[in-house]
Amino acid sequence: MDISFGLNGETVTASVNSGTETLLDFLRETQGLKGTKEGCNEGDCGACSVIMTGPDGTPKAVNSCILMLPQIQGRSIRTVEGISGPDGALHPVQTAMIDYHGSQCGFCTPGFITTMAAAHSNGDTDHDTALAGNLCRCTGYAPIVRAAQSAQDEPIPDWMAQNPISPTPLRSDGAIFCPTSADELADWYRDHPDATLVAGATDVGLWVTKSLANLSPIAFLNHIKDLGDIQDKGDHLRVGATVTIAQLMQAIKPLHDSLHSMFTRYGSPQVRNSATIGGNIANGSPIGDGPPALIALGATLHLRHGATRRDLALEDFFVEYGRQDRLPGEFVEGISIPKDMQNLRCYKLSKRFDQDISAVCGCFWVDQKDGIVTQARLAFGGMAGTPKRASGAEEILNANPLSPETMRRAAQALADDFTPMSDQRASADYRLQAAQGMLVRYGNDLAGADTDIRKVAP
Amino acid sequence: MTVSKSLPHDTAREHVTGTARYVDDIPTPAGTLHLAFGQSPVANGKLTSMDLKDVTSAPGVVAVITAQDLPFANDVSPSAHDEPLLADGSVHYVGQPVFLVVADSHLNARKAARLAKISIEEVTPILTIEDALAADSRFEDGPRIYGKGDVDEALKDAPHQVSGSINIGGQEHFYLEGQAAMALPGETGVTIQSSTQHPTEIQHKVAEALGCPFHEVVVEVRRMGGGFGGKESQGNALAVACAIAARATGRACKMRYDRDDDFVITGKRHDCRVDYTVGFDDVGRIVGVDFTQYFRCGWAQDLSLPVADRAMLHADNAYDLPHARITSHRLKTNTQSATAFRGFGGPQGVLGIERVMDHVAHHLGLDPAAVRGINFYASGGSISGQRKVGTTPYGMPVTDSISQELSDALLTSSDYSTRRRAVAEWNAQNEIFKKGIAFSPVKFGISFTLTQLNQAGALVQIYSDGSVLINHGGTEMGQGLFQKVAQVAASTLGVPRDVIRPSATATDKVPNTSATAASSGSDLNGMAVRNACETLIARLRDLLGDPDAIFENGQVTSKGETQTFAELAQTAWAARVSLSATGFYATPDIAWDRIKGEGRPFFYFAYGACVSEVVIDTLTGEYRTLRTDILHDCGTSLNPALDIGQIEGGYVQGAGWLTTEELVWDDTGRLRTHAPSTYKIPACADRPDIFNVSLWDAPNTVDTIYRSKAVGEPPFMHGIATFLALSDAVAACGPTYPNLQAPATTEEVFRAIGRART
Repeated sequence: MDISFGLNGETVTASVNSGTETLLDFLRETQGLKGTKEGCNEGDCGACSVIMTGPDGTPKAVNSCILMLPQIQGRSIRTVEGISGPDGALHPVQTAMIDYHGSQCGFCTPGFITTMAAAHSNGDTDHDTALAGNLCRCTGYAPIVRAAQSAQDEPIPDWMAQNPISPTPLRSDGAIFCPTSADELADWYRDHPDATLVAGATDVGLWVTKSLANLSPIAFLNHIKDLGDIQDKGDHLRVGATVTIAQLMQAIKPLHDSLHSMFTRYGSPQVRNSATIGGNIANGSPIGDGPPALIALGATLHLRHGATRRDLALEDFFVEYGRQDRLPGEFVEGISIPKDMQNLRCYKLSKRFDQDISAVCGCFWVDQKDGIVTQARLAFGGMAGTPKRASGAEEILNANPLSPETMRRAAQALADDFTPMSDQRASADYRLQAAQGMLVRYGNDLAGADTDIRKVAP
Repeated sequence: MTVSKSLPHDTAREHVTGTARYVDDIPTPAGTLHLAFGQSPVANGKLTSMDLKDVTSAPGVVAVITAQDLPFANDVSPSAHDEPLLADGSVHYVGQPVFLVVADSHLNARKAARLAKISIEEVTPILTIEDALAADSRFEDGPRIYGKGDVDEALKDAPHQVSGSINIGGQEHFYLEGQAAMALPGETGVTIQSSTQHPTEIQHKVAEALGCPFHEVVVEVRRMGGGFGGKESQGNALAVACAIAARATGRACKMRYDRDDDFVITGKRHDCRVDYTVGFDDVGRIVGVDFTQYFRCGWAQDLSLPVADRAMLHADNAYDLPHARITSHRLKTNTQSATAFRGFGGPQGVLGIERVMDHVAHHLGLDPAAVRGINFYASGGSISGQRKVGTTPYGMPVTDSISQELSDALLTSSDYSTRRRAVAEWNAQNEIFKKGIAFSPVKFGISFTLTQLNQAGALVQIYSDGSVLINHGGTEMGQGLFQKVAQVAASTLGVPRDVIRPSATATDKVPNTSATAASSGSDLNGMAVRNACETLIARLRDLLGDPDAIFENGQVTSKGETQTFAELAQTAWAARVSLSATGFYATPDIAWDRIKGEGRPFFYFAYGACVSEVVIDTLTGEYRTLRTDILHDCGTSLNPALDIGQIEGGYVQGAGWLTTEELVWDDTGRLRTHAPSTYKIPACADRPDIFNVSLWDAPNTVDTIYRSKAVGEPPFMHGIATFLALSDAVAACGPTYPNLQAPATTEEVFRAIGRART
């Protein structure tokens, strides 16, 4: 099949065979645009960053190494070659990167330039967060941030606005299925239960680039309109499965600040711009950061098989490692997230602060009346084969005074709730002790103590 | 003068516009083939059979090459000829190249490489330091020992004594551009494009593999996307593979490692353990120290001997040790062959003694900065001129020490004493968050310890329009070498910088070069280029008949008349004066016997110091670096902006080594951290919230290029201050010395808190 999309202001056509061809390979091998680099081929270093503009008109940094061509049908891509003007005039971030010595070996630089230009276009001045998905091994980042700061108030060059977008969806072709509605997907997936569903491809992309897997048949979900919105249902948000983490973050920011804050450490901006909440749940990983928080919030999962729909508590979806309560041909249609949930706190522990997979993710919520706990939901990632609640610890909290002291006792009970594993991220002992530390932190936090290490000043 | 100006990197504009070409970006001829290695799945064993049918018949595969197919040398070792390109009969680590796939695309080569059925009779692998010691598996016959004085006697008489041990993790280079090479077969010989710090070695290894003289192999390097030592020897395998395949097929061949393959196949910084016993007096003055360094070198020798030597040579760091013994074991294990990495063993040696200083100060309850201060080598300057010049444990007098002056300046500018008190107050009031602050100096020896490598050549050509092309043996990996050397050329010729164009490093322009390593790039190549420029100036002065002709700002003034440099170039051409000159430099005054451990291995020392402050969360071991102040000695800087870039970047890389960067092997010898998803180099927000870097502005005491000092490696060791600050914060949690191990991951910090509280 052929796809068409905008590339540096022009519309281009690409031919697709397996559907898993990556944008990076297309840029470098077919278009000869060698500015975009392959650093890791798994979306972890940002050297392949390009800007994608979709129907909402907002330019977003994405990793082209794990972006499959059918995902960009009708969208507009801007690579480093398109950041400077047609006459060679430099973009303000390019000028600043030269002036502030922001490049040394230069290999990560095109990825930084595109990410910086996307942030610049959006008026985003939280540079540390915007650049968390771009690794540099030479500079130590300081001159890059200085450059970003110096360019942030410069006007956006005209040429950055030339991003042709087409509403034409892809037409399905053989084993590549491109539905435009949830109904279409439901029927097809019921009949092709072994197919791979691709939404953001931030995980599935690695099956292609690292496991070298053949994913056929394959369905691309990004043109399904009715899976991509967030509806306010009064006491909860109904979030479609293909809503990206970045979109979800905007919606929950006024509701669940702690979750929003944790999500700023979920992958990187590039990953959050692609990854979907449906994918984060459906792939069943025990270390995804979305599920523990959503379990703590008491979220309800909406599953669909053909015309049949069912709802279940998110925590019940995760049966055991590698197995979810999902029938062949059944898919995640959306999730309902309660809105009014005071006291939610989300703590993420990883070797590196940003863009790292959690060793332990602890998300906690309690309700209380007159200082006595009436309900507690303590959910962890990284502590078992699935995201899981700490039932023993919850038991200790229930009907007891909400205090740091009770929380410390609940923390002790985690030793009976979990038997975590040791791996390259953390040992079993440490996982347990850190999880206990998180509960103690939660108690202190609810009691009004400062518990965020990011807020400690020198 | 162009020298000392803060000009940007010479191809900064190409970097930011994406037009800077790396090996994989160079346009390839039609029909270019792509290579991938089939790898050993086990750490140690005998190859009993290889079924490669499925590999050969996989889509796009053109050829499959094994050790038996190699026409000449099967060796990519930079040292001991112990590193076959393709495993021959036995395998020695998980990931070792066993066969070579040649295919029509990178992806097809990668896919086919996974289809082999390899039978291996497994042998229990030697993986750890303990395994290797038990099996006496080592390079060299026994440990190397350097030292001075009588350590045993000194320790016996010392008022205080402590012993300890620190495990120091390795480090993956994580150059953003992975290893890559391309070979273009010629009428005779081959032209290689390689991402390498050492084009001459690539030339030699390719020539040996093709059975041809060196002059038939041309190796060219315009730039690397980062090197850090990881491209000193680790590019040999790819270049040789490309040459072999190009010879076999008659087509251009290209190879680049996928990131995971790069992690699994290539060597890293040596991990090691340093055991110590130190004797000291009541104020912390060291009377004697006994170090034993255990280096895990991996399966092949590579550069492990000089790396381990350099660790020994930096076991004193900035301190005058009256009695010292350094014993070094170079252990052979069934893991990747550890290799060069920024600092080249120096950081491990320095961390050993800094750990000792920390331990001594803790034992005595003294300010660690004060303990360090009283142990510094006497200054060459006036401040401590009453003390006599100290001598290193390898017998080299330290005549250029500025540790005292530089440290005093930094401790003042960083407000160390006040902040140390503030940290103590904070810790007295806070249970959960503990702060730590630490100071550490560095003194780093500059020169290759293999004396013969301290030479460089250059080729400078003036064209008849007055434009100048310079070429030298140094390679550009981001450090700004090409800009610095171009500044030297511009200053020497008295022309504007834009008249000079640096060209790609090439073995057919400047022969017999040394690796761009040991921080030596601008010292050696700057001198060689200046030498060539001076030859040209002399010829032009001859032409003018005026030994005092002045070359300045693109103008030449002689006998009261001024003409442009371009006009003079045209005149010289017409007068049949050669406008092409070679230049050469050999570092003077160095001599070193690595077996005896005696002599002057280094031309001079580069100095610096760092103060770093951190906060830890005792509930989980998480931490943040709050502030880092660095004062660093670059002599008279050739380019302050580029030097500060090396210092900032070196510090962050050094801090990464000792904090988040953890290499984990499982008990079968498989590297579990083989991608950026599991191996965590510092990200943007990991740099300190407050980050002050300044240059110590004083000329080098020895005659280096414009009295500058080398800067590539020394600042890496400033990361040690952050590690020590973490140790300081942990020490605030309890009475016991925390014995922090490296890397200080959140888990290690958490464990150390537990130890401190016992």
